[in-house]
Amino acid sequence: MKVVEVRGLTKKYGKKTAISNLSFEVNEGELFGFIGPDGAGKTTLFRILTTLLLPNSGSAKILGKDVVKDYKYLRNHIGYMPGRFSLYMDLTVEENLRFFASIFNTTIEENYQLVKDIYSQIEPFKKRRAGQLSGGMKQKLALSCALIHKPRLLVLDEPTTGVDAVSRKEFWEMLKRLKEQGITIIVSTPYMDEAVLCDRIAFIQNGSILDINTPAGIISGYKKKLFSIETMRKYNVIKILETYEYKDSVFPFGDSIHYTDKRESINSEILIDYLHSTGINDCSVSEIESGIEDVFMSLIKEGTDGQ
Amino acid sequence: MDNNHKVIEVTDLTKKFGNFTAVSQITFDVNEGEIFGFLGANGAGKTTAMKMLTGLLSPTSGKAKVAGFDVYKQSEQIKKHIGYMSQKFSLYEDLTIVENISFYAGIYGLTDEQISEKTNFLLKKLDLEKSRNELIKSLPLGWKQKLAFSVAIIHDPGIVFLDEPTGGVDPITRRQFWNLIYEASENKKTIFVTTHYMDEAEYCDRISIMVDGKIEALDSPVNLKEKYYCKSINEVFIHLARKNKNQ
Repeated sequence: MKVVEVRGLTKKYGKKTAISNLSFEVNEGELFGFIGPDGAGKTTLFRILTTLLLPNSGSAKILGKDVVKDYKYLRNHIGYMPGRFSLYMDLTVEENLRFFASIFNTTIEENYQLVKDIYSQIEPFKKRRAGQLSGGMKQKLALSCALIHKPRLLVLDEPTTGVDAVSRKEFWEMLKRLKEQGITIIVSTPYMDEAVLCDRIAFIQNGSILDINTPAGIISGYKKKLFSIETMRKYNVIKILETYEYKDSVFPFGDSIHYTDKRESINSEILIDYLHSTGINDCSVSEIESGIEDVFMSLIKEGTDGQ
Repeated sequence: MDNNHKVIEVTDLTKKFGNFTAVSQITFDVNEGEIFGFLGANGAGKTTAMKMLTGLLSPTSGKAKVAGFDVYKQSEQIKKHIGYMSQKFSLYEDLTIVENISFYAGIYGLTDEQISEKTNFLLKKLDLEKSRNELIKSLPLGWKQKLAFSVAIIHDPGIVFLDEPTGGVDPITRRQFWNLIYEASENKKTIFVTTHYMDEAEYCDRISIMVDGKIEALDSPVNLKEKYYCKSINEVFIHLARKNKNQ
């Protein structure tokens, strides 16, 4: 069953097109990720899906119901966690959760089982005001509040932005457990390393979807030869390769440099020889498999080069 | 590069808020022209430490000198000799590009002549000449960040503090931003940067990892990975931050 069906969805703010002709589907029980930078249109899309914003054209159905006409029904079945967690900072942890439960005519006790896994981690601080919580704890409370009415679809807008690597890892472990309980999840993130944790992902940039696939499918769609260059003089090597006539792309990549070339016949030896000829001797070059981030950068680059 | 020239010297720096010790006896030096990554989990004390180093918060105890000035007695001098950029506070959205540049240049005491010279130089360098009279809020985030960085060093400070400068941008823009950082470092500017992107930590000359107010590790990325038998700084970070959490 399709939990989300979107066709030709478009939203403009004045002259500016925030999202343009988006179409995609999300299956029941799927963990679906939108990967893209700020300003790509992720929040606009999520606000339309959660019935908080009207599209200019196109349609969106959630659980078979229309987001414009059936908003009252849908609001009872969607859990939404906006970016910058919509918590009441002057209420305590427990008061926040109780408030969200009461809005949906339920109680913490009734659905405790559903949030137990997450809420129990912050329950020792239930008398503390939300404003006094650390970022990681606010995130857990916000997720509990979004879950307390037992939604069938959970929409999470950049839940891990500005959150440290450890808390991010824990958060994704929580999502995985929710998914196992059958909840369909749509999540957005600017972090590429989170993409591989989704069942399927959509790359979104400037209001358009560049690609939708499983992480493995996205990676296998990348046809270029990719080289990893290791050197102590990273900035030097990047500068040299930036002006190399056969360069297709060159990017710093963690402890190495990722490089693609315009020539089909390119291999590591050719690159090493070239770098030697420019005076770079302390480097190693190897052909590697691409990752999600390589593919995304390549798609963005194609988009900008074509403009 | 003159490795012995220290532009930040910190000894046993501590900050307490009531009974809570936010920063506990941290000690480290940063060399001129170095890119120094200041990592830590949320709530580990990074922001508090950074506020002390930028002259915004007085320490409880310990010593620190930034650009040769004492954090207790010469905080106003420190502010004049450093640049600061954060993702949360940078440019005025309702002012144009040119207005933002003049505003910051004015605050840092540049003359009218210097301001007009700097403005033209920056617009050209960032390829923003056509957009000079556009409001900041109409610019893509990536442009804003590059402009914010340039404005933060408009008074040519020796040290720049960058507080999560690259949050939320696409992976290409993020890397272009790092090219600006590398370039500034080549020009002998010292870069003190915080980030949650662990791949960016690998771009730094040295990094420190703060856990619960203390510096748990400090070395070059290569040495840290060797020391903790990890393949990436991400693994090192998770190892250190988790170990502490489970105690």
